[in-house]
Amino acid sequence: MSLPAFKTLRNCQTIAIDDVPLVDTTVFRNSIITAVEGGSRICALFGVPRDRLDPQVFSKQLSRAVIRVFAVLAHDREGTLFIISTDIRGSYAALTPDCPQAHWFERELFEQWGVVPEGHPWLKPIRFHKTYNKTEDQTNARESMIGITDFFRLEGSEIHDVAVGPVHAGIIEPGHFRFQCHGEYVYHLEISLGYQHRGIEPALIGGPTKRTLHYMETLAGDTTIGHAMAFSHLMETIMGVSVTPRAKTIRGIALELERLANHIGDLGALAGDVGFLPTASYCGRIRGDVLNLTALLCGNRFGRSLVLPGGVAFDLDNTLVQQLKDRLRAAFSEVSAAVNLLWDTPSVMARFENAGRISKETAKSLGLVGPAARACDIVRDARYDFPAGIFRFSQIPVSTWDTGDVFARAYVRWLEIQRSVTFIQNQLEMWPEGKTETEIKNLAANSLAVSLVEGWRGGICHVALTDSRGLFSHYKIIDPSFHNWMGLAMALRNQQISDFPLCNKSFNLSYCGHDL
Amino acid sequence: MINVLLKTLNQKNRTIDYPKSTPVLPERFRGLPVIDRAKCIANCKLCIEACPTDALTDGLKIDLGRCLFCNKCLSACHTGAISFSQEHRLAARTREDLVLKDSSLNSLKLIESLDKESRRLFGRSFKLRQVSAGGCNACEADTNVLSTVVYDLGRFGVQFVASPRHADGLLITGPVSRNMRLALEKTYEAVPAPKLVIVVGSCAISGGPYIDHPEVLNGVDPVLPVDLYIPGCPPHPLTILDGVLRLLGRL
Repeated sequence: MSLPAFKTLRNCQTIAIDDVPLVDTTVFRNSIITAVEGGSRICALFGVPRDRLDPQVFSKQLSRAVIRVFAVLAHDREGTLFIISTDIRGSYAALTPDCPQAHWFERELFEQWGVVPEGHPWLKPIRFHKTYNKTEDQTNARESMIGITDFFRLEGSEIHDVAVGPVHAGIIEPGHFRFQCHGEYVYHLEISLGYQHRGIEPALIGGPTKRTLHYMETLAGDTTIGHAMAFSHLMETIMGVSVTPRAKTIRGIALELERLANHIGDLGALAGDVGFLPTASYCGRIRGDVLNLTALLCGNRFGRSLVLPGGVAFDLDNTLVQQLKDRLRAAFSEVSAAVNLLWDTPSVMARFENAGRISKETAKSLGLVGPAARACDIVRDARYDFPAGIFRFSQIPVSTWDTGDVFARAYVRWLEIQRSVTFIQNQLEMWPEGKTETEIKNLAANSLAVSLVEGWRGGICHVALTDSRGLFSHYKIIDPSFHNWMGLAMALRNQQISDFPLCNKSFNLSYCGHDL
Repeated sequence: MINVLLKTLNQKNRTIDYPKSTPVLPERFRGLPVIDRAKCIANCKLCIEACPTDALTDGLKIDLGRCLFCNKCLSACHTGAISFSQEHRLAARTREDLVLKDSSLNSLKLIESLDKESRRLFGRSFKLRQVSAGGCNACEADTNVLSTVVYDLGRFGVQFVASPRHADGLLITGPVSRNMRLALEKTYEAVPAPKLVIVVGSCAISGGPYIDHPEVLNGVDPVLPVDLYIPGCPPHPLTILDGVLRLLGRL
């Protein structure tokens, strides 16, 4: 497939920023809508002030307000990425009415740069921070108060809102949820985030610095390996460095261990949410055992300081390989017993089936990713569609289910657990020789690259742009949660409010990964 | 039903017998950093320059409240003067106690427990409300782990509760994002006095990797009075458990 207006590129391929097609805003809009109708999805849509890309051109004050908007589209089946850009001053015709998956991106664009998507159906902040556009008139600068905004209203007798958060009942991150209800029946759920905003993206500009890797490791701490890998792939691509097979293997093992720990924890938590305590307590414990395998590898249960540009910081020796094999085998046998109890227990299945159902069409039009998408029968997995690192040599089959409900999201996790275990076992059998670190170089100047990694929640996308000195002029992070929060809102429609914890856990999205 | 019982038999009793014995930590675990000054080269500042959060400062003072336990200083050092020990007991009662002038196993100072009256109030039943204020979900996850069958926090009379009104104190994670400040203050006010505040992780102590970002408040200190600091990025569940139990005078 080729899309005329776009530049085609692969995952982890560096191109010159000048090679990104710059088109008229109408062409930009129409091209994206046509491409999404043709089966592509929006991976990234973000703005960069034009003067930051073009410091040589001594621009007048007027042009400083011009924002260059980049769009990266992915066609999963073809395994290709498409990129396009346009310059926007002030406002443009919103994509969202014709392309719902642009909804959150356009709100972000509006909040970060003050670019107004005209005709956007629900234009309001997503993170509640000051505008990044320093040239906006200070008197107009929105000093937004967190959570103070419009919410959907449902009118009628006995209609009520239920407001929950930011502080929730369990040990979880903060976010605000508004349910529009009639009795127990939920018509719609609106999700308002931003409480976790720590200003990561602005802090990355001008980097990489000695803190950059730590931002990547903590932007969503449960996805430390996923984001550190996406970042490292991106750095290595722009540096023109390739890492050793041994390093790739260790990264792959760490990524799959991260997936195992989180999927096992999620299945346990889902069991807990329907009051089935055996699986809840077994899985809660086994999750910890898997985290301890990551700690065996690098000393930290979340994989901190393992993955770094150029390779990995810790090697495996034969004793460790053997320990990993033995402990993984034991954990897998225990998790199999614990999880299979779920499918054999009618009281669990009665709660899982038909709860929080999303249709395949809705999932496609929202551009969902990860297990949430695969549970709607969408074949979408970056390890398979856009393989990088070890996944170019060793493939993992894509796990799907077709019912789109809580059961499907649970069952896809169970399928993925089995396949990740097989993958790790295979890697530990054919163990490549060699070093684990490669010397790194400077980043190439005036370049752009896109990196996709399938984290446990779904596709992670990082995009880096470098300036004439080879420093980041922009760095864009899209956590899978950014695509999927709207999916959770849709899943709650026509549900009982009491099923919210269950539906929420079946997505288990990141607050900090969204808020950055 | 019979199947569930059989599976339970197979899964066995998994609760560790801590504090009678301490579980074995992985060989590569990074606990208390140890600096062997004898190996230092005069005027060498490689480790100080490599530290991402300026936890290491002149004179090789190390601030555990800023330290990410990340390995950068260790890789930068040519002479192997820095290493990480297996020591997991890192909690401190004051911010100053986290700044170690001479970081070695001998200089380790375990914390004092609460005074007698507070121990009488909290020592046998201590309910905590957890608040994440910009945390990355790692400190949260390893706090949550304490409630699993492995650590079985409930047997110490410590429990996480759903409402601040039911709590004796707060356990706070994250660098305290500006957007969470109000919610954090309100949650604190909702806890009936007397109350304790425990902060977990380098973010909540100092801001961690987010130190001096305009979007965060550099941890809990500027907002609330703190009774216990538990360093780490994230701290090991044992480090958190050790801190809480010592505070209550249970160890």
